[in-house]
Amino acid sequence: MSKLKQELKEKIIEQLNLEDVSIEEIGDDDALFGDGLGLDSIDALELIVMLDKDYGIKLSDPKEGRKIFESIEVMANYIAANRTK
Amino acid sequence: MSKQNYIRAFSHIKNHVVSLNGEYLYHDEALDFSEFIKRAYKSLDTSYSKFFKMDNLSKLAFLAADVLLEEVNSQEENIAIVLSNRASSLDTDRRHQNSIEDEANYYPSPAIFVYTLPNICIGEISIKHKLLSENSFFIFDHFNAAYLFDYAESLINTKKAGKVLCGWVDFDEENYEAFLYLVSDKGNRIHNKEEITRLYTL
Repeated sequence: MSKLKQELKEKIIEQLNLEDVSIEEIGDDDALFGDGLGLDSIDALELIVMLDKDYGIKLSDPKEGRKIFESIEVMANYIAANRTK
Repeated sequence: MSKQNYIRAFSHIKNHVVSLNGEYLYHDEALDFSEFIKRAYKSLDTSYSKFFKMDNLSKLAFLAADVLLEEVNSQEENIAIVLSNRASSLDTDRRHQNSIEDEANYYPSPAIFVYTLPNICIGEISIKHKLLSENSFFIFDHFNAAYLFDYAESLINTKKAGKVLCGWVDFDEENYEAFLYLVSDKGNRIHNKEEITRLYTL
């Protein structure tokens, strides 16, 4: 699981162009949206595409993302339980 | 009779140089555009958290506008924005096209797709400088001083805007060029087609 969390942090920084954020700065339980990493609605859509492309998880309802993308910890647990690739 | 308007300040970004009123602010010869604009942004101490999420055209327009508007430090909120270019959003359109060409690997990026219109860069400038003003983006074969002059004069003379940020921001592959200028009722360069053309070609 820690490997997956590390992988997610790397992907988030690279794919969401978080130029001034390092992996060490993202805590497993930090909020990804709002006061945490400050991600926005377009970032949420990018994360939905990432789940599909990299882990074979299709979210039928984008609102599901609100809970799944709460933190790296929550994301990693969801991906581990639902991934198809 | 219309009042005389002036070009208060102007900025260029081209050939690895960021300049304001003809003076170099940043120069780095050996870099491609993405690295050049990133270093220029950091060097100029610009602050806008979404900068690195922008496409190339928006980064170009945003930085050219930011150095100019920060310099002028205007309290005027009603600054219209009238920009133009040749390539529209072609650079980003191509990136989007590449992401959807392969049906077996069809993953269009929302972050790229939102920039597949040239006027999105006006939105980025407006957000940073809290502008809720008139704006337009025109596509021309080449820089059109006459059209921009008439449009800016019309906006000011009909009181649709107090000032107008005008110019040219073009990005296509590795070719980039930004020239922005602020039309105002104050300044020391007369706003006319000849002066706009002269400053553009500096």
